[in-house]
Amino acid sequence: MARYFTEEHEWIDVEGDTATVGITDYAQEQLGDIVFVELPSVGTVIEKGKDAAVVESVKAASDVYAPISGVATEANAALEDDPALVNSSAEEDGWFFKLTIADKSQLEGLMDEAAYKSFVDGL
Amino acid sequence: MRYLPLTDADRSAMLAKIGASSIDDLFVDVPQEARLSGPIEGLPLHASEMAVEKHMRRLSKKNLAAADAPFFLGAGAYRHHVPASVDHIIQRGEFLTAYTPYQPEIAQGTLQMLFEFQSQVARLYGCAVANASMYDGSTACWEAVAMAGRVTRRKRVVLSGALHPHYAEVVRTMAKFTEDEIADALPSLQGAPDNAGLIARIDDDTSCVVVQYPDILGRIPDLAAIAEAAHDKGALLIAVNTEPVALGAIKAPGELGADIVVGEGQAIGVGLQFGGPYLGLFAVRDTKHVRQMPGRLCGETVDAEGKRGFVLTLSTREQHIRREKATSNICTNSGLCALAFSVHMTLLGEEGLRRLAAWNHTLACKAADRLARVPGVRLLNDSFFNEFTLVIDGDAREIVRKLADDGILAGVSLGRLYPAEDALKGGLLVTVTETTTEEDVETLASALQEALA
Amino acid sequence: MNAPNKSGWKPEMTAADDGMHNGPRTVTGNRALMLEEPLIFELAGTDTTGVDLPEIELGPNRLGGMERTAAIGLPGLSEPETVRHYTRLSRQNYAIDLGLFPLGSCTMKHNPRLNEKVARMPGFADVHPLQPVSTVRGALEVINELAFWLIDLTGMHGVAMSPKAGAHGELCGILCIRAALEARGDPREVVLVPESAHGTNPATAAFAGYRVENIPANAEGRVDLEALKARLGPDVAAVMITNPNTCGLFERDMKAISDAVHAAGGFVYCDGANFNAIVGKVRPGDLGVDAMHINLHKTFSTPHGGGGPGSGPVVLSEALSPFGPLPFTARTADGVVHLVEEENAAEFDHTRAFGRMTAFHGQMGMFTRALAYILSHGADGLRQVAEDAVLNANYILRSLDDLLHAPFGEGGPCMHEALFGDRGFGEGLSTLDLAKSLIDEGYHPMTMYFPLVVHGAMLIEPTETESKAGLDQFIAALRSVAERARAGDVSMKQAPYYAPRRRLDETLAARKPVLAWSDPDSA
Repeated sequence: MARYFTEEHEWIDVEGDTATVGITDYAQEQLGDIVFVELPSVGTVIEKGKDAAVVESVKAASDVYAPISGVATEANAALEDDPALVNSSAEEDGWFFKLTIADKSQLEGLMDEAAYKSFVDGL
Repeated sequence: MRYLPLTDADRSAMLAKIGASSIDDLFVDVPQEARLSGPIEGLPLHASEMAVEKHMRRLSKKNLAAADAPFFLGAGAYRHHVPASVDHIIQRGEFLTAYTPYQPEIAQGTLQMLFEFQSQVARLYGCAVANASMYDGSTACWEAVAMAGRVTRRKRVVLSGALHPHYAEVVRTMAKFTEDEIADALPSLQGAPDNAGLIARIDDDTSCVVVQYPDILGRIPDLAAIAEAAHDKGALLIAVNTEPVALGAIKAPGELGADIVVGEGQAIGVGLQFGGPYLGLFAVRDTKHVRQMPGRLCGETVDAEGKRGFVLTLSTREQHIRREKATSNICTNSGLCALAFSVHMTLLGEEGLRRLAAWNHTLACKAADRLARVPGVRLLNDSFFNEFTLVIDGDAREIVRKLADDGILAGVSLGRLYPAEDALKGGLLVTVTETTTEEDVETLASALQEALA
Repeated sequence: MNAPNKSGWKPEMTAADDGMHNGPRTVTGNRALMLEEPLIFELAGTDTTGVDLPEIELGPNRLGGMERTAAIGLPGLSEPETVRHYTRLSRQNYAIDLGLFPLGSCTMKHNPRLNEKVARMPGFADVHPLQPVSTVRGALEVINELAFWLIDLTGMHGVAMSPKAGAHGELCGILCIRAALEARGDPREVVLVPESAHGTNPATAAFAGYRVENIPANAEGRVDLEALKARLGPDVAAVMITNPNTCGLFERDMKAISDAVHAAGGFVYCDGANFNAIVGKVRPGDLGVDAMHINLHKTFSTPHGGGGPGSGPVVLSEALSPFGPLPFTARTADGVVHLVEEENAAEFDHTRAFGRMTAFHGQMGMFTRALAYILSHGADGLRQVAEDAVLNANYILRSLDDLLHAPFGEGGPCMHEALFGDRGFGEGLSTLDLAKSLIDEGYHPMTMYFPLVVHGAMLIEPTETESKAGLDQFIAALRSVAERARAGDVSMKQAPYYAPRRRLDETLAARKPVLAWSDPDSA
């Protein structure tokens, strides 16, 4: 399994044709207490660069842009009852959704963990 | 000037502190050629409190107040007795001159009141959640249509023919700009609402069905049958109520399966006021739809010491955060009218509301029978609460105008509401509330008899 | 603290809940005049009522089989209990009647009580919107008289009176623009909005079907004219400008902006939220504005009422007036004021109305209040209103700009509101902390974090109805909290200490929404 990162502070785990998407620990810290996450329903066609989910704190709503294209296969039901999971476990239990990858070449150019870390350090 | 505390000495001292030589220095950014050199010509100068009051009283006297005439108007605005304490409370400066409760630590009065108001409205409508109010019933109706579009992602809106024509017109106006397709109809002068015809118009592309309850002619449709038909097609049922007192006597729309219930709250606490400000009520039956609701919501929470308190919440739906992605552009609500509603409803309580509704209905039944005995007058309705439709031969609008000249406010003619529809011009909407006396009804009956003779 | 306090009285806490003050706990949870109050649902059952009504039961009826059988669950209280409940609640509110209310862009000025009196005259309060026109001539005259004042004060051509609030007025104005563009067969797609605009502006434009694009501000807090000109083109329907803008500054280039927009075939919408600063001093019509809403609850002193009702008439240019919504009033040469609705629009040459925005005629109860206010001030007094509002704001700006960062203070005077940022605050302290500390000094905080273009923005609008002594006391309080913020006084993070509630948990409220009371016994 490989983990990729984007400059929009998303992480993508890739296993075969399936990707799991979430936001990074850095992102959740910037957003503050998460109160709600709006996720794509199963079957939604997701297009790279378009908004795929919305993450809300008390005073802000931020679009989460799809890092790659595909079709949503699962949304993290646990976030419905407990959006705070994004704060406590952004990069594990607080994942957002899974999708079948339409075009693996879109993964090229994304960062690995080390590259993302230095990207964040530079902010 | 009595509203301006600064003295000329204050002004001089303040200009000195600012470092300006005259007030003009503070308006330097206004281009010289656009600046007015003195008071706008042709307009009156300041006036004393006494003079203004006299002017306004003169204008007020040119109107025939409802209390000064036998009065039978309804059609979306209803006259009820409002207890004196309601007006006293809404004039308390802490309510009257407060702002939207964005600083909850010093706005718990308004916030707790809104929480109580939301709870009262939700219960009255048979819904899970009500918002902190909208502008009025007609704009709440449009907001419900827009919300149904967000929930169902469909664009076709079916309006009952017996929806208040002004409400329908507001929906049609807004839909022109959102490209919703509006399927509307006219009411027909029948004793019972045309449920079958309405249900037949619902299809697989329908986002919502909008039904008034009781309807514009005063009839009471069976919402449960319409709800079932709408849900079968994946559409939402929006119930519209313009007379909340009726809900003390008839089933709550939410109880009958309406998904969104909206209405006009004016009848309780607010008064006629020539059409505004009024009070839009908005509620959803199922909490799953809360995040698609427009307008402000007040919620319960705790403070840093663990004490219960209230805040405006789920604000991310609103324009000040979502901007162009907001659920509505609405910013203000109708706070003071919501307070008036809530105080009046607290005075009534369930017991009082039920009695008030029963009394209204009893008086309306008597009046309907009396008026139907006037030769040339027929009672249309199989069912009604406190408003019913009389059908006469000829033009009811002419008769209303004629009776007004004699100091009788006879009701709302369908010709006023549907001026283009000849088939409806014999219709006269008559409303009877606890403020209507038997003598008023006799006066109207005799006047109608004379006018039709 | 150096706030003048003529009586010498100081608030002293008598309860020990916060651990900072000595004093006994009370059984009631009250602290003398700070009274705790339960919900009506906790005070009363559903079998009591505070209204005398005949004890009628619904017997045989004509409700079409729909009579209610289920309980509603509405508590009822007697009149004394009701009056006490709401009076106790009212005391937990801050209000203009209690003190200076410096919310920028909200114009919290004194609400004259004459307004309340005239609004309650039976000829205004107790008339039905559908009464025959012959019985409501005076009401129509009020609408018409106010309409003429608004037209004359703004130098515009017409006015739509029916919009129910500012945002509703914005929508009305944008819909007029869209109708005018469609009428000339030139539908356009984009509305340009400055990044400092109020959220209702983009929300309104988006609702009306337009794509919203931001235009940047220049270094001095105004619209960047060159950037705007560069973006104008055949796809731009309108530009929405707030003037004076949300930074409290007059858009000096307004006329040039209007000329450029018109040359490109677009319209200029002006958000009139800040009209109070310029009423009687300059007319938007002279600056090329095509549509502008006026918040009667700001400039013309109708009460804010804890969040409405507002009222948002929209003045329109000659090009847009034909598209204004129904109904409206029109005065004919014989002096009679007519109600123009769908049926007689043709008689008044108004067949191109875009539709109807609300069931009836607009906020009549606000029209009477606003007219009473306008007549009280007259043309001369309204001019003085603008001058005093601007004077008071500049006095605040110059009394604080040594201590608080005024991002545009170097550029010259402000209009009716003074804008500050949080630069120079101690580690970890924010605008929020300063605002909450101001509550402890007995003031409602200023507008915070708006406009978005200034970090930690604090927007202060004193209005013209504050005395110099009142301003001096407020300045002293603000200087004190600003000094504490600069010094890094971390105790501010827990403020307010003395309000009816400490900071409320908004995260909890949003994560687990409780939006209606439910009976704990039935849960």
